Amino acid sequence: MEIVKKAVAGTMQSSDLMVFVEPADKLKVEIESTVIKQFGHLIEAKVDEVLAKNGVTVGFIRLTDRGALDYAIEARIETALARAGAV
Amino acid sequence: MAKNSLGREIPETFNGKSYIPYRDPHSIKPETFHFQRASRVLKRNYSGASKVAGGLREAIIASGLKNGMTISTHHHLRNGDRLLNDVVREIDALGLRDIRIASSSVHIVHAELIPYIRKGVITALECGVNGPIGEQISRGELECPIVVRSHGGRARSVISGEVPIDVAFLAAPYCDEYGNFNGFYGPSACGSLGYALVDAQYARKVVAVTDNLVPYPALPISVAQNIVDIVATVGSLGDPKKIVSSTTQLTKDPMGLLIAKYAAAVIDASGYLKNGFSFQTGTGGISLAVAGHVRDMMRDRKIKGSFGCGGITGFFVDMLDEGLFEGLFDVQCFDLKAVESIGRNRKHQEMSAGLYANPFNMGAVVNRLDCAILSATEIDVNFNVNVNTESSGLLLHNTGGHCDVAKGAKVSIIVCPSIRGRLPMVRDEVTTITTPGETVGVVVTERGIAVNDHLPELKAELIRRRAPVKDIRQLRDEIYAVTGAPRPVEFTDKVVGLIEYLDGTIIDTVRTVRA
Amino acid sequence: MKDSQPRRTMLYVPGNMPSMLQNVPLFKCDSVILDLEDAVNHAEKDAARNLVRRFLQSWKERDKEVLVRINPLNTKWGHDDLRAILPEMPDAIRFPMCETAEMALELDAELARYEAANGLEIGHFGILPSIETVKSVLNAYAIATSTKRIFGLAFGAEDYTASMGVARTNSGEDLMHPRMMIVMAARAAGIQAIDTVFSDVSDMEALRRETELVKRLGYTGKCLVNPRQIDVIHEAFAPRREEIDHAQEVVEAIRQAHAAGTGVVSLRGKMVDAPIVKRAINTLRIAYAQGLVDTPVDEEILNG
Repeated sequence: MEIVKKAVAGTMQSSDLMVFVEPADKLKVEIESTVIKQFGHLIEAKVDEVLAKNGVTVGFIRLTDRGALDYAIEARIETALARAGAV
Repeated sequence: MAKNSLGREIPETFNGKSYIPYRDPHSIKPETFHFQRASRVLKRNYSGASKVAGGLREAIIASGLKNGMTISTHHHLRNGDRLLNDVVREIDALGLRDIRIASSSVHIVHAELIPYIRKGVITALECGVNGPIGEQISRGELECPIVVRSHGGRARSVISGEVPIDVAFLAAPYCDEYGNFNGFYGPSACGSLGYALVDAQYARKVVAVTDNLVPYPALPISVAQNIVDIVATVGSLGDPKKIVSSTTQLTKDPMGLLIAKYAAAVIDASGYLKNGFSFQTGTGGISLAVAGHVRDMMRDRKIKGSFGCGGITGFFVDMLDEGLFEGLFDVQCFDLKAVESIGRNRKHQEMSAGLYANPFNMGAVVNRLDCAILSATEIDVNFNVNVNTESSGLLLHNTGGHCDVAKGAKVSIIVCPSIRGRLPMVRDEVTTITTPGETVGVVVTERGIAVNDHLPELKAELIRRRAPVKDIRQLRDEIYAVTGAPRPVEFTDKVVGLIEYLDGTIIDTVRTVRA
Repeated sequence: MKDSQPRRTMLYVPGNMPSMLQNVPLFKCDSVILDLEDAVNHAEKDAARNLVRRFLQSWKERDKEVLVRINPLNTKWGHDDLRAILPEMPDAIRFPMCETAEMALELDAELARYEAANGLEIGHFGILPSIETVKSVLNAYAIATSTKRIFGLAFGAEDYTASMGVARTNSGEDLMHPRMMIVMAARAAGIQAIDTVFSDVSDMEALRRETELVKRLGYTGKCLVNPRQIDVIHEAFAPRREEIDHAQEVVEAIRQAHAAGTGVVSLRGKMVDAPIVKRAINTLRIAYAQGLVDTPVDEEILNG
């Protein structure tokens, strides 16, 4: 599926995250998190899983995470992708 | 390096001094270290003349402070204090270097000292710190060896002479020209001078610094003229409004309230909540909510308690005024209501840090505590508690009375949310051990209550009352199931600080965080 | 036991707030209502729907009744809400702005279609309609009896006073009539009546008084928006000592009748019929939840 326009989802409240997506030639993921040291690996794995599940192979995906749990990460990425016309 | 009994690697020497690794909470005695009481030379002053030397600079000169010496201040003005910053600025202006700071604590406001550490004016911290100084030290961005001590441990180290203080600069909110002072009144009133009382007794030179010189005699006396060498006057000691830490309001967070309700249930089930009950809480929103429940239970059951203890808040003052306690032992006032009370009520007793919690004497007040509420930044499955560093590995908090009170109280209750911003607070290992698990009674989170093995009756009673009692490992598993298992933070081998247990042994170290 | 389980506290949780959602498993309320309607901005309806859906998926061991408040079916979101939420198996749908029996039947039909298509028992999902306009108050009994899925009527005072064109008062006389109408309709239909939220979180005494009032009227539960209100509401709904004693006598009488092999149960010479048994069991269940009795009621007793 394709990211056809810029989109954002989520908030900057604690336990939430913001997801920014925009079209790009290749896949690029950037993760910023208050718990990057302890949970960077799990966040990354979750992002990869959700992108794969939605068939996203190109695009620029940026996360600003405030300690969100996996379910919220998944939901916010899904919402951003849907808003970007990708799903 | 040697391993202490909790498995932490401890260097034999640190900043030129040798240390003993922590063994257990009980067996170390003063004799182990050949400790006597610190002494200072006897002096004779047959003049009745004023001791006012002038301002800070004149006082520093008069004190004979030299390169390589140790100074102290007290932290009763907490984040409103400006004396320590002003003293260090003057020390620098006089060209002095290589000074050690052995204050009772250092706060965020003292981040102003960082340039003087870089410059070599300050070269060691014989005390724990709150905020940026510790953060930069643990990031490896600032060089300054640091030994973190509890309130009781600091009193011990000063009284025993392990940390000899050359000059104590003691903020004196109500002071006369001959050196009598108290903290009860004046524009910088901070109430109890509990931490300063130790320095006043044991420092080689005592400088009373005041912004409120009153006609002789300044009564009632907390620190008396016969042990004060010099009086200095300044425009302002600081801002007493900032002695109120941000956390003296009852929590409104529903999870915090749930924790408080469980903690109150633990106190109720402990069997100590009856006439003669003694109790300590901190200032956190959850602690105060527990105090609220305790007050309600005492009211309803017409219980007359023995004493409230510790840093004192207006909440405890109200309980005293209501007759719920016989008295308060106050080492430090946490808000202006407590300051106002200690100045008028003889049952609101000023208490020195030595009386409060020094382990090497004939009995500290903490020994008489029934229940105490304590906080944590992390707890491990052996009930060890961290209050010094955060899960990021950064040294952000001083110990306060944590390990002293945990050791002293019959039931020490740690209240802590199970998760903070995805970080699990009950974990396999804590980043830093402040307080050993065998002195911790109960851990209370919103997901359940874990009772340590040395309190089987309490555990059985809580289960009988259908409280959510869980094995601490089960609690950890439930939390990890929500957050995922965290990757441990990586540290270098460079030890930049020691965490001292109250008896002077080393319970843990602080290493710099790997970037 | 969908019809009679305790619903003393039905807590609304905003559907687009992870910090609240993740604590849902920890709140000590009887039911939780994950809100996609009023608590969510129009621009965030899609986000909240995804968040609630993923949250329900992640919540493995549910320990309380789960409702989702969808948007009304005549909005552009209502049907999408259902499509997203039903696969996550909520216990029931909180149905806003239900003004007529026909509206309830429209939701009933949609739920039945989903159940049939997915091999679920027809009637699996419950409906809790919001009675929150003057028209719905007048239609309360028709709505209550329109489908067996409806296990209760929930009063919504904010929209009601707006539709009535009056301001909400603290004294509550503006709500007296709809409250009576709703509880009568619910009781006549044999279902529960759930009261509206009390919005002043700082005034626990007023909350207690209001809850005690509606309990006397016949309400069995109350909606709330702040978890801090849970304890007060539970205390207000706690059965009195004599109610508990009576309920225990009823249960004991049934036990003895079973032991004696007789189908007829009597207590002090009076016959104990099914509604009395049901009420006794409810009383004991709430008493246990409230810590007023030490052992849970043995519900098998109903089956002999």
